[in-house]
Amino acid sequence: MPVALYRIDDRLIHGQVVVGWGQPLELRFIVLVDDDVADSEWEQELYRMGVPPEMSVHFHGVSDAAAALPRYQADAQPGIVLVGDIGTMSRLVRESAGSIRTVNVGGVHHAPGRTGRLRYVFLTAQEEQALRDLAAMGVDVSAQDVPGARPVPLDELLAAGPDA
Amino acid sequence: METENEGEVVKAIVAGHGTFAAGIISAVEQITGRGAAFVAVSNSGLCLDDIQETLARELDRTGVRVLFTDLPAGSCTMAVRRMLRSRPGVALVTGVNLSLLLDFAMQDGDDPVAAANTALERGRASMASYGG
Repeated sequence: MPVALYRIDDRLIHGQVVVGWGQPLELRFIVLVDDDVADSEWEQELYRMGVPPEMSVHFHGVSDAAAALPRYQADAQPGIVLVGDIGTMSRLVRESAGSIRTVNVGGVHHAPGRTGRLRYVFLTAQEEQALRDLAAMGVDVSAQDVPGARPVPLDELLAAGPDA
Repeated sequence: METENEGEVVKAIVAGHGTFAAGIISAVEQITGRGAAFVAVSNSGLCLDDIQETLARELDRTGVRVLFTDLPAGSCTMAVRRMLRSRPGVALVTGVNLSLLLDFAMQDGDDPVAAANTALERGRASMASYGG
């Protein structure tokens, strides 16, 4: 069973991930890739307590995660790789030797300098370029907050206005 | 420090997904007339930092010591739990339901944290299944 989802979500572990995706995909593990969280036992405990007992959470910094990825991709159980921002996903894709072929933009919320593209996706020009760069590497990038929503392909995402 | 909401002392913040908080508070208002004892916060459209900032602002503004959230793994719960590290005396109850909130609203004691814990037991006990 390959990793079911490579997701960018600035809330990291939260309801949409644990319940919204977790239940229909029957996720059994989350690989949370974040350099800050990987350095903080307290943050790890916070996230660990947010998941149901049947789900495990593994914490990695980016380089560490790229090295560990083949092990997770070979796991018999379904899991998700979760990062908090586009820059982290870009680094992970580059360092993981082409093994990440799809990226889900699940939640990049409003911040100064960002333009609204979807209700749950706001991007700076640099972030837009980073997503284009991923696509140029052959990665299938789309936006989708919950499983029941329509995946929005990258071209459509970047053409969308704030009211989309 | 406590603040008033339409003439009523605010006793707690309710935070959750979508319009959960506003909805459950409106139910408390309909049943008891004490909906103004609560302030609603939604996580809609907010990143984790903004959720935390919004909740911190409401805590400071109202001076309450109790927060209720809807889902143990939800982003509001995560944000509150992170805040609790630097706010001794503030309590979080997650997985809130209407029975719990009604019980809390109807208590008039001086200790809101104790009231929240009593209400938690009422909320738990209210869950039931019939038929099937």
